[in-house]
Amino acid sequence: MNWESASHFWAMGGYGFFVWGSYAVTAVLIAAELALVARRMRAARAGAARDVALERIDADRRGRA
Amino acid sequence: MSDSPLTATRAPSSGFSLFHYASPQTFFPLAGKLLWPTWIIAIVLTIAGLYTGFFIAPTDATQGDSYRIIFIHVPAAWMSMVVYLVMAFWCAVGLIFNTRLSFMMSSALAPTGALWAFIALWTGALWGKPTWGTYWVWDARLTSELILFFLYCGYMALQAAIDDPRRADRAGALIAIVGAINVPIIYFSVKWWNTLHQGASVSLTQSPSMASTMLTGMLLMALAAWAYTIGVALVRVRAIMIERERHTDWVRQLGNAAQAGDIKA
Amino acid sequence: MLSLFVSVVRRDLLLAWRRRSDVLTALGFFLLVTSLFPLGVGPEPEQLSHIAAGVMWVAALLATLLSVSRLFESDEADGTLEQMLLSVEPLPVIVLGKVCAYWLLTGLPLVVIAPLIGLQFNLSADETLIVCATLLVGTPSLSLLGAVGASLTLGLRGGGALIALLVLPLYVPVLIFGAGALDAWRAGLGIQSHLALLSAVLLVALAVCPLASATALRIAQD
Repeated sequence: MNWESASHFWAMGGYGFFVWGSYAVTAVLIAAELALVARRMRAARAGAARDVALERIDADRRGRA
Repeated sequence: MSDSPLTATRAPSSGFSLFHYASPQTFFPLAGKLLWPTWIIAIVLTIAGLYTGFFIAPTDATQGDSYRIIFIHVPAAWMSMVVYLVMAFWCAVGLIFNTRLSFMMSSALAPTGALWAFIALWTGALWGKPTWGTYWVWDARLTSELILFFLYCGYMALQAAIDDPRRADRAGALIAIVGAINVPIIYFSVKWWNTLHQGASVSLTQSPSMASTMLTGMLLMALAAWAYTIGVALVRVRAIMIERERHTDWVRQLGNAAQAGDIKA
Repeated sequence: MLSLFVSVVRRDLLLAWRRRSDVLTALGFFLLVTSLFPLGVGPEPEQLSHIAAGVMWVAALLATLLSVSRLFESDEADGTLEQMLLSVEPLPVIVLGKVCAYWLLTGLPLVVIAPLIGLQFNLSADETLIVCATLLVGTPSLSLLGAVGASLTLGLRGGGALIALLVLPLYVPVLIFGAGALDAWRAGLGIQSHLALLSAVLLVALAVCPLASATALRIAQD
């Protein structure tokens, strides 16, 4: 085991800022990308569903007319 | 979805064909099936890589613990280059065989490639400060990474500026291929310039005898980055497929399913 | 094919002659930008001669970028471009002719005016000659790469900024070899290798860029 205690682990031998700065920014960016991609997928699916719904309404109206 | 009459007529029954999956409506469900395994692999590899990197790999004799940035820096740098080459490959395939799926793949990969390039630059700067005493040096690798980042930005900006997807695909493909031809030229020119200007003759692979556990951790993280990239590109390519093919039958069926409350597809 | 090339070059030169002010814009830009640097970094002759090659090269790059976006614009506006795309003549040769005329109008004047800027930046006669030589070999590559960017962004909104983003990264090797020659000469290394590399870049650009630009024009006008 490399670390005597949790505080040693976070200190990273005095390089905590650089090491955790790298890992934190990477984690945040990846989380942001995942969120954006998930949102894009949801929006695309919702758009497709809306198209179908609109078409149905359209067809209904034409059927009544 | 794969037994819809449309695909049944398209794919001949004579066994497996690679081109069977070259059309969006057959690739869409396949990509969906691949997603979860990819995510699980990515998560497992990340945990294994981080554990190896932080708890098994020893502290470096010369750099102390600052070297632990390597576990994201090097995979990110590798991925940024590999993704660009894969992107250019799909673009070339698209231009030669005229397959729309290839173009969708390359535009799905671009943002992730740019992300890796940015992460490589960011972690490189944070690693540079403790090792070289400065956040930025005009080292050949850092400089060409920066230019690679600009190449990604150019590709995405060009695609975003063109409304017609057909033109956007092809124009983007052209600049991606021209960029791919240029990447090695840029790398060697910057390297040459760097040796001429003696100033910053630093190398990132400073420890000749890297402990094998360090290498293991790095490779695990690199594989995790591969899996993540594949996963996120698959989701994005699925979204692009729906956006682009909104008026085709297979997307309508998808919309029907979503309407009925069955969003699994 | 040669006669096609010559006729395209002559046509573009003639058109430019009728609108002379357009040609002078890029040249004026080049002169102005290089003259701004001493005002910005201070007039010490030592420092100026140190940065001269880099400044002239970056200014040449920007001057090319500024004007190259209009390479196909007027042809597109008056329908000539459509005729070129429809014609049986090979499009890459037409593009090459246009780039050649463009270089004669905007690249070559930079080479000619460079000694004047060399004087401003305290360069010796030999040093000025070196910068001129690198510009002479390097600027055609800039024009060729710029043509690819121009044809890709033809008719797009935000074309100016976009072409910069597309083309500037590709200019990096030319900038490095071009501006580096003077430093190498000062370090006693000779400039043959730089000129050879610039020529190599030019040959690759000559082979690839007209084709890429012609393809991009077809994509744009599809």
